[in-house]
Amino acid sequence: MPRDNSGFRELRLDAISRRFGGAVALDRLSLAIARGEFIALLGPSGCGKSTALNCIAGLLALTGGAIWLDERRIDGLPPEERGFGMIFQNYALFPHMSVRRNIGFGLAMRGVGREEIRRRVDAALALIRLAEHADKLPGQLSGGQQQRVAIARAIVIEPPVILMDEPLSNLDAKLRIEMRSEIKRIHQELGRATVYVTHDQEEALSLADRIVVLKDGVTQQIGAPEELYARPANLDVALFMGYRNAIAARIEGVEGGQAVISIGQIRLRGTAAGHPGGGDATAAIRPEDFVLGPGPNAVRGRAETVEYCGRDYLVEFLTQDGHRLYARTETRVRPGDFVEWHVPPDRVLVYPSGK
Amino acid sequence: MAARELREAGLDRTVLLTVPGVLLVLLLFIYPFAYGLFLSFAPKTGGIWANYARFFGDERLYGTIAKTFWIALPATLLNLALALPMAYQLRRATRLQRAVTTALVVPITLGTVLVAEGMLNYLGPQGWLNRLLIDLHLVAAPVRLIHNYWGVLLSLVVTGFPFAFLLTLSYVTGIDPVLAQAAATLGAGRGRQFLHIYLPLLAPGLAITFCLSFVQAFSVFPSAILLGAPAGPTRVISIAAYQAAFEDYDYSMASAIAMLMGLAQLIVVVAVLGLRGVFYRGPAAGAKG
Repeated sequence: MPRDNSGFRELRLDAISRRFGGAVALDRLSLAIARGEFIALLGPSGCGKSTALNCIAGLLALTGGAIWLDERRIDGLPPEERGFGMIFQNYALFPHMSVRRNIGFGLAMRGVGREEIRRRVDAALALIRLAEHADKLPGQLSGGQQQRVAIARAIVIEPPVILMDEPLSNLDAKLRIEMRSEIKRIHQELGRATVYVTHDQEEALSLADRIVVLKDGVTQQIGAPEELYARPANLDVALFMGYRNAIAARIEGVEGGQAVISIGQIRLRGTAAGHPGGGDATAAIRPEDFVLGPGPNAVRGRAETVEYCGRDYLVEFLTQDGHRLYARTETRVRPGDFVEWHVPPDRVLVYPSGK
Repeated sequence: MAARELREAGLDRTVLLTVPGVLLVLLLFIYPFAYGLFLSFAPKTGGIWANYARFFGDERLYGTIAKTFWIALPATLLNLALALPMAYQLRRATRLQRAVTTALVVPITLGTVLVAEGMLNYLGPQGWLNRLLIDLHLVAAPVRLIHNYWGVLLSLVVTGFPFAFLLTLSYVTGIDPVLAQAAATLGAGRGRQFLHIYLPLLAPGLAITFCLSFVQAFSVFPSAILLGAPAGPTRVISIAAYQAAFEDYDYSMASAIAMLMGLAQLIVVVAVLGLRGVFYRGPAAGAKG
């Protein structure tokens, strides 16, 4: 029987690790999650984010580190005694139970009385707006409805922490955005600490209070969405955060926090991220930070392909010495046009190479 | 126009591919069955119901139905009761699962006669089992395990269990383990995961396994003669049919017995499959697609 943990202050991951044979899937992740906080674990597939979630849920044993709920160590407990609500990628609804019985399952396991279950399931059904489907089987629902049932089933037990494993990845684009708002709304209404695993940076940015970026099991950066978006700690995080242009460059000098770099014949001023002393580096620039037209910090080239994206155009252009770059502009550009862009020095991030 | 309508109804030239199969079923199954049915109503003497009247008038004949049930039903239930927990424990694809599966295919390939011969030696008064029991001073005199009810029951377990296990295993492994994980996060321990998730999802498969195992056990013949007491407690219905056909040369009577044997099996199968309708029958996965 899980204890009532609703009054907890924080869930603390203390250097949790998980190995599979010789391979390290998760390497010493440390994080304190406050009550009501929304955390996104972000990274490409195989980065260890789902491993981390399964470790928190108790579905996978740790091979190192500890998990604390306030002053109580819980990493030795089986999942049924942790009492965390979990939402699975394929929803994992019980196919032989009605929507009502699915949602009430956790309460029944806790020995809650019949009347109380009915009342709380009704409230959960109202929250996910599926009251009229209560007696259907999961197979009779659409993907989005199944997803909402999975959410209701996890939150109805009033868990201290809700764990979500890529809950939107099986939905189509339109539904994904709808459900994202739904998750945000439910989180704001209930204020439960949430750990949300995703490989979609947009999802992470729009939902999370803090984002943890993982790569190869190693924590790359932990911070607020704005912080990650503006100042990625390293090139990997930058690439994940939409810095689509990563160009090999040489650092010519550093002046007052600004690095002067050369990319072939192009000379640019950029912001030194990390500690570039000199030598080889990589410059990271987001397509939308290029401004069409002449100015300081200029880059010129010939437009190769132009994609119309509704609000703007994505232009792929080739510089004189053969660098292929991407930029966004609201002005119509045609393939073959000569284009001149400039970019503010604080939007050019310079990372030392070999990092 | 007509061709298109046929195509839309799912009928095109590929339907012809079913012809050999249909012919085979007609020639080897439907025709002999119909032949036997008619033969059973053409007795050597008396009216069309004479064979059936004789069967139900003679304790040595109608008694075989109860005797067969008394062997087949416990054997089937025992096989299922052994197969289910073992298949459940081995539901994850491990090396152990592969080893057990391979080991259990062997008795299936051996056939009932060979297994019966082997058991005669193993379980006989001078077999290693009785010698071991006596040497360990667990028993004073050899335990009788052959030429009686227990010999037949044991042989039905030896030949029937691997079949029941392999079939059950395929149903167990078809259930998405994430469902049990979901139940665990909702507070269900191992026992309740089995009771609330695995068991209801397995029920239809267990019903099928029961039917197939039962039909197999009900038609027991070689081991009932070799390991049992074919004149007494293990005089099963197939022995009665055999005697009618090949000792009395009364094919009509033998056909009637065979028809009654089929009917008894059919009643059990229909009853069990009817029960299956009570349970959920659908994909045992967590979601569509």
